[in-house]
Amino acid sequence: MEIKVRLFATLRENRDKELQLSLSEGVTPADIFVKLEIAKEDVAILLVNGRDGSPGQALKDGDVVSIFPPVGGG
Amino acid sequence: MDIADRYIRNEQMLSHEENLRLRSFRVAVVGCGGLGGHIIEMLARMGIGHITAIDGDVFEPHNLNRQLLSLPSNLGMSKAGEAQKRIALVNPDVQVVPVAQMLDESNAGALLHGHDIVCDALDNVTTRKIVAKAASMLNIPMVFAAIAGWYAQVGTIMPGDDLLEKIYPEGINKGAETHLGNPAFTPALAASLQLAETIKVLLGKQGVLKNKLLVLDTLEHHYEVISFD
Repeated sequence: MEIKVRLFATLRENRDKELQLSLSEGVTPADIFVKLEIAKEDVAILLVNGRDGSPGQALKDGDVVSIFPPVGGG
Repeated sequence: MDIADRYIRNEQMLSHEENLRLRSFRVAVVGCGGLGGHIIEMLARMGIGHITAIDGDVFEPHNLNRQLLSLPSNLGMSKAGEAQKRIALVNPDVQVVPVAQMLDESNAGALLHGHDIVCDALDNVTTRKIVAKAASMLNIPMVFAAIAGWYAQVGTIMPGDDLLEKIYPEGINKGAETHLGNPAFTPALAASLQLAETIKVLLGKQGVLKNKLLVLDTLEHHYEVISFD
Protein backbone atom coordinates (compact mmCIF):
# COMPACT_ATOMS: atom_id res chain seq x y z
CA MET A 1 0.00 0.00 0.00
CA GLU A 2 1.04 3.61 -0.59
CA ILE A 3 1.79 5.91 2.35
CA LYS A 4 2.82 9.54 2.05
CA VAL A 5 5.22 10.79 4.75
CA ARG A 6 5.71 14.50 5.40
CA LEU A 7 8.70 15.52 7.48
CA PHE A 8 9.08 18.91 9.14
CA ALA A 9 11.80 21.20 10.47
CA THR A 10 15.01 19.39 11.41
CA LEU A 11 13.67 16.01 10.27
CA ARG A 12 14.28 17.30 6.73
CA GLU A 13 18.02 17.40 7.32
CA ASN A 14 19.51 14.69 5.09
CA ARG A 15 16.02 13.50 4.14
CA ASP A 16 13.38 14.51 1.61
CA LYS A 17 10.60 16.65 3.05
CA GLU A 18 7.97 14.45 1.44
CA LEU A 19 8.22 10.75 0.63
CA GLN A 20 5.90 8.32 -1.09
CA LEU A 21 6.51 4.86 0.38
CA SER A 22 5.23 1.50 -0.85
CA LEU A 23 4.78 -0.58 2.30
CA SER A 24 3.23 -3.86 3.29
CA GLU A 25 -0.21 -4.16 4.92
CA GLY A 26 -0.33 -3.51 8.66
CA VAL A 27 2.65 -1.17 8.76
CA THR A 28 2.65 1.38 11.59
CA PRO A 29 4.16 4.86 12.03
CA ALA A 30 6.74 3.23 14.37
CA ASP A 31 7.88 1.05 11.42
CA ILE A 32 8.31 4.22 9.35
CA PHE A 33 10.47 5.83 12.08
CA VAL A 34 12.77 2.80 11.89
CA LYS A 35 12.84 2.79 8.08
CA LEU A 36 13.73 6.49 7.94
CA GLU A 37 16.16 6.24 10.89
CA ILE A 38 14.21 8.78 12.93
CA ALA A 39 14.98 8.46 16.65
CA LYS A 40 11.97 8.08 18.93
CA GLU A 41 12.92 11.23 20.87
CA ASP A 42 12.88 13.22 17.61
CA VAL A 43 9.18 12.53 17.14
CA ALA A 44 7.16 15.06 19.09
CA ILE A 45 4.01 15.34 17.00
CA LEU A 46 2.71 12.49 14.88
CA LEU A 47 -0.28 13.12 12.65
CA VAL A 48 -2.13 10.61 10.52
CA ASN A 49 -4.25 12.37 7.90
CA GLY A 50 -3.86 15.61 9.85
CA ARG A 51 -5.14 14.17 13.14
CA ASP A 52 -3.25 13.19 16.30
CA GLY A 53 -1.93 9.69 15.64
CA SER A 54 -0.19 6.96 17.62
CA PRO A 55 3.06 5.14 16.70
CA GLY A 56 1.42 1.73 16.94
CA GLN A 57 -1.68 2.29 14.84
CA ALA A 58 -2.09 0.28 11.64
CA LEU A 59 -1.95 2.50 8.58
CA LYS A 60 -4.23 2.22 5.56
CA ASP A 61 -3.52 2.68 1.89
CA GLY A 62 -3.36 6.39 1.05
CA ASP A 63 -2.72 7.58 4.61
CA VAL A 64 -0.58 10.68 5.10
CA VAL A 65 1.81 10.58 8.04
CA SER A 66 3.27 13.89 9.28
CA ILE A 67 6.14 13.99 11.76
CA PHE A 68 7.35 17.05 13.70
CA PRO A 69 10.38 17.18 16.02
CA PRO A 70 10.18 18.81 19.46
CA VAL A 71 10.61 22.58 19.67
CA GLY A 72 11.20 23.92 23.17
CA GLY A 73 13.27 27.14 23.23
CA GLY A 74 12.22 30.59 24.32
CA MET B 1 -0.62 61.35 30.06
CA ASP B 2 -3.64 61.53 27.75
CA ILE B 3 -4.81 57.93 27.46
CA ALA B 4 -6.83 58.66 24.32
CA ASP B 5 -3.68 59.77 22.52
CA ARG B 6 -1.52 56.91 23.73
CA TYR B 7 -3.91 54.21 22.57
CA ILE B 8 -5.55 55.93 19.60
CA ARG B 9 -3.87 53.60 17.08
CA ASN B 10 -5.33 50.60 18.94
CA GLU B 11 -8.83 51.91 18.47
CA GLN B 12 -9.59 50.92 14.91
CA MET B 13 -9.20 47.23 15.76
CA LEU B 14 -10.36 47.41 19.40
CA SER B 15 -13.20 49.60 20.60
CA HIS B 16 -12.60 52.39 23.09
CA GLU B 17 -14.33 50.24 25.73
CA GLU B 18 -12.12 47.25 24.93
CA ASN B 19 -9.04 49.43 25.24
CA LEU B 20 -10.18 50.62 28.64
CA ARG B 21 -10.82 47.02 29.71
CA LEU B 22 -7.22 46.07 28.92
CA ARG B 23 -6.14 48.23 31.87
CA SER B 24 -8.07 45.99 34.27
CA PHE B 25 -6.24 42.77 33.34
CA ARG B 26 -3.40 41.08 35.19
CA VAL B 27 -1.02 39.04 33.04
CA ALA B 28 1.76 36.76 34.31
CA VAL B 29 4.74 36.32 32.00
CA VAL B 30 6.89 33.32 32.93
CA GLY B 31 10.35 33.95 31.50
CA CYS B 32 11.80 37.35 30.61
CA GLY B 33 14.18 36.24 27.86
CA GLY B 34 13.71 35.84 24.09
CA LEU B 35 9.93 35.49 24.10
CA GLY B 36 9.27 37.23 27.39
CA GLY B 37 11.01 40.51 26.59
CA HIS B 38 8.87 41.03 23.49
CA ILE B 39 5.70 39.87 25.25
CA ILE B 40 6.19 42.28 28.16
CA GLU B 41 6.98 45.18 25.81
CA MET B 42 3.85 44.54 23.72
CA LEU B 43 1.57 43.98 26.74
CA ALA B 44 2.70 47.34 28.10
CA ARG B 45 2.26 49.15 24.79
CA MET B 46 -1.23 47.63 24.39
CA GLY B 47 -2.08 49.01 27.81
CA ILE B 48 -2.45 45.87 29.93
CA GLY B 49 -2.69 47.27 33.46
CA HIS B 50 -0.62 44.77 35.44
CA ILE B 51 2.24 42.51 34.40
CA THR B 52 3.99 40.05 36.71
CA ALA B 53 7.42 39.36 35.19
CA ILE B 54 8.85 36.07 36.51
CA ASP B 55 12.47 35.07 35.90
CA GLY B 56 15.21 34.06 38.34
CA ASP B 57 17.95 34.54 35.74
CA VAL B 58 20.33 37.41 35.01
CA PHE B 59 21.37 38.69 31.58
CA GLU B 60 24.40 37.12 29.96
CA PRO B 61 26.30 38.03 26.77
CA HIS B 62 24.72 35.20 24.77
CA ASN B 63 21.28 36.77 25.36
CA LEU B 64 22.17 39.92 23.41
CA ASN B 65 21.42 38.44 19.97
CA ARG B 66 17.69 38.31 20.66
CA GLN B 67 16.47 39.24 24.11
CA LEU B 68 14.84 42.66 23.86
CA LEU B 69 15.48 43.57 27.49
CA SER B 70 19.19 42.69 27.37
CA LEU B 71 21.84 45.36 26.84
CA PRO B 72 25.60 45.43 27.16
CA SER B 73 25.01 47.76 30.10
CA ASN B 74 22.74 45.41 32.09
CA LEU B 75 24.65 42.13 31.85
CA GLY B 76 24.54 40.38 35.22
CA MET B 77 21.32 42.18 36.18
CA SER B 78 18.01 40.46 37.00
CA LYS B 79 15.88 39.88 33.90
CA ALA B 80 12.68 40.46 35.87
CA GLY B 81 14.07 43.64 37.42
CA GLU B 82 15.15 44.96 34.02
CA ALA B 83 11.64 44.29 32.68
CA GLN B 84 10.24 46.58 35.35
CA LYS B 85 12.77 49.33 34.57
CA ARG B 86 12.12 49.13 30.83
CA ILE B 87 8.33 49.31 31.17
CA ALA B 88 8.58 52.27 33.55
CA LEU B 89 10.13 54.09 30.55
CA VAL B 90 7.78 52.63 27.90
CA ASN B 91 4.44 53.06 29.66
CA PRO B 92 4.43 54.34 33.23
CA ASP B 93 0.69 53.61 33.51
CA VAL B 94 1.49 49.89 33.59
CA GLN B 95 2.37 48.22 36.86
CA VAL B 96 5.14 45.64 36.55
CA VAL B 97 5.86 43.41 39.51
CA PRO B 98 9.21 41.65 39.03
CA VAL B 99 9.67 38.21 40.55
CA ALA B 100 13.37 37.38 40.46
CA GLN B 101 12.97 33.70 41.17
CA MET B 102 12.53 30.58 39.09
CA LEU B 103 9.05 29.15 38.94
CA ASP B 104 8.85 25.55 40.15
CA GLU B 105 6.30 23.13 41.56
CA SER B 106 6.56 24.63 45.03
CA ASN B 107 5.74 28.23 44.07
CA ALA B 108 3.79 27.96 40.77
CA GLY B 109 0.33 28.19 42.34
CA ALA B 110 1.20 31.17 44.53
CA LEU B 111 2.96 33.06 41.72
CA LEU B 112 0.20 32.57 39.14
CA HIS B 113 -2.77 33.05 41.48
CA GLY B 114 -4.79 36.20 40.80
CA HIS B 115 -3.89 36.58 37.13
CA ASP B 116 -6.28 36.59 34.17
CA ILE B 117 -3.89 34.78 31.82
CA VAL B 118 -0.39 33.33 31.76
CA CYS B 119 2.07 33.85 28.91
CA ASP B 120 4.57 31.02 28.70
CA ALA B 121 7.98 32.40 27.71
CA LEU B 122 10.07 29.58 29.07
CA ASP B 123 12.97 27.71 27.50
CA ASN B 124 12.28 24.21 28.78
CA VAL B 125 9.45 21.70 28.66
CA THR B 126 9.57 20.62 32.30
CA THR B 127 8.72 24.08 33.66
CA ARG B 128 6.14 24.63 30.91
CA LYS B 129 4.29 21.56 32.13
CA ILE B 130 4.43 22.87 35.71
CA VAL B 131 2.96 26.19 34.54
CA ALA B 132 0.27 24.43 32.51
CA LYS B 133 -0.75 22.27 35.46
CA ALA B 134 -0.85 25.18 37.90
CA ALA B 135 -2.71 27.44 35.46
CA SER B 136 -5.29 24.73 34.81
CA MET B 137 -5.84 24.20 38.55
CA LEU B 138 -6.29 27.96 39.01
CA ASN B 139 -8.65 28.07 36.01
CA ILE B 140 -6.35 30.46 34.14
CA PRO B 141 -5.76 30.22 30.36
CA MET B 142 -2.14 29.85 29.20
CA VAL B 143 -0.69 31.03 25.92
CA PHE B 144 2.14 28.76 24.87
CA ALA B 145 5.05 29.31 22.49
CA ALA B 146 8.37 27.64 21.80
CA ILE B 147 11.05 28.30 19.22
CA ALA B 148 14.08 26.56 17.73
CA GLY B 149 16.14 28.21 15.00
CA TRP B 150 13.83 28.93 12.04
CA TYR B 151 10.90 27.16 13.70
CA ALA B 152 8.25 28.12 16.21
CA GLN B 153 5.03 26.79 17.72
CA VAL B 154 2.16 28.70 19.32
CA GLY B 155 -1.05 27.57 20.98
CA THR B 156 -3.57 28.48 23.65
CA ILE B 157 -4.25 26.11 26.50
CA MET B 158 -7.60 26.59 28.20
CA PRO B 159 -8.08 25.10 31.69
CA GLY B 160 -8.51 21.32 31.44
CA ASP B 161 -6.82 21.02 28.03
CA ASP B 162 -3.59 19.04 27.77
CA LEU B 163 -1.88 20.37 24.64
CA LEU B 164 1.63 19.99 26.04
CA GLU B 165 1.10 16.28 26.67
CA LYS B 166 0.22 15.91 22.98
CA ILE B 167 3.19 17.78 21.55
CA TYR B 168 6.04 16.74 23.85
CA PRO B 169 7.03 13.10 24.37
CA GLU B 170 7.25 11.95 27.96
CA GLY B 171 10.50 12.90 29.69
CA ILE B 172 11.70 15.42 27.09
CA ASN B 173 12.98 18.78 28.38
CA LYS B 174 14.54 20.44 25.32
CA GLY B 175 13.95 20.29 21.58
CA ALA B 176 15.65 21.12 18.29
CA GLU B 177 16.89 24.45 19.74
CA THR B 178 19.77 22.61 21.39
CA HIS B 179 21.47 22.32 18.01
CA LEU B 180 19.68 25.07 16.03
CA GLY B 181 20.01 27.86 18.58
CA ASN B 182 17.75 30.87 19.09
CA PRO B 183 17.91 33.76 16.60
CA ALA B 184 16.36 37.24 16.94
CA PHE B 185 13.34 36.84 14.70
CA THR B 186 11.53 33.63 15.68
CA PRO B 187 11.09 34.68 19.34
CA ALA B 188 9.75 38.07 18.17
CA LEU B 189 7.38 36.36 15.71
CA ALA B 190 6.12 33.82 18.23
CA ALA B 191 5.74 36.52 20.92
CA SER B 192 3.62 38.61 18.53
CA LEU B 193 1.33 35.66 17.92
CA GLN B 194 1.12 35.08 21.68
CA LEU B 195 0.07 38.71 22.11
CA ALA B 196 -2.70 38.30 19.54
CA GLU B 197 -3.90 35.19 21.37
CA THR B 198 -3.65 36.91 24.76
CA ILE B 199 -5.70 39.92 23.68
CA LYS B 200 -8.31 37.69 22.04
CA VAL B 201 -8.69 35.48 25.12
CA LEU B 202 -8.87 38.47 27.48
CA LEU B 203 -11.50 40.23 25.38
CA GLY B 204 -13.45 37.05 24.57
CA LYS B 205 -12.83 37.20 20.83
CA GLN B 206 -13.15 34.37 18.29
CA GLY B 207 -10.40 32.48 16.51
CA VAL B 208 -8.32 31.42 19.50
CA LEU B 209 -5.91 28.48 18.98
CA LYS B 210 -7.70 26.44 21.64
CA ASN B 211 -6.43 22.85 21.59
CA LYS B 212 -4.66 23.82 18.39
CA LEU B 213 -1.03 24.34 17.55
CA LEU B 214 0.23 26.81 14.96
CA VAL B 215 3.52 25.48 13.63
CA LEU B 216 5.76 27.96 11.82
CA ASP B 217 8.70 27.30 9.52
CA THR B 218 10.30 30.59 8.47
CA LEU B 219 12.97 28.77 6.42
CA GLU B 220 10.51 27.35 3.90
CA HIS B 221 7.56 29.58 4.84
CA HIS B 222 5.33 26.73 5.79
CA TYR B 223 2.64 27.59 8.35
CA GLU B 224 0.03 25.12 9.52
CA VAL B 225 -2.58 24.88 12.26
CA ILE B 226 -2.84 21.42 13.78
CA SER B 227 -6.07 20.61 15.63
CA PHE B 228 -6.00 18.26 18.61
CA ASP B 229 -9.77 18.25 19.20
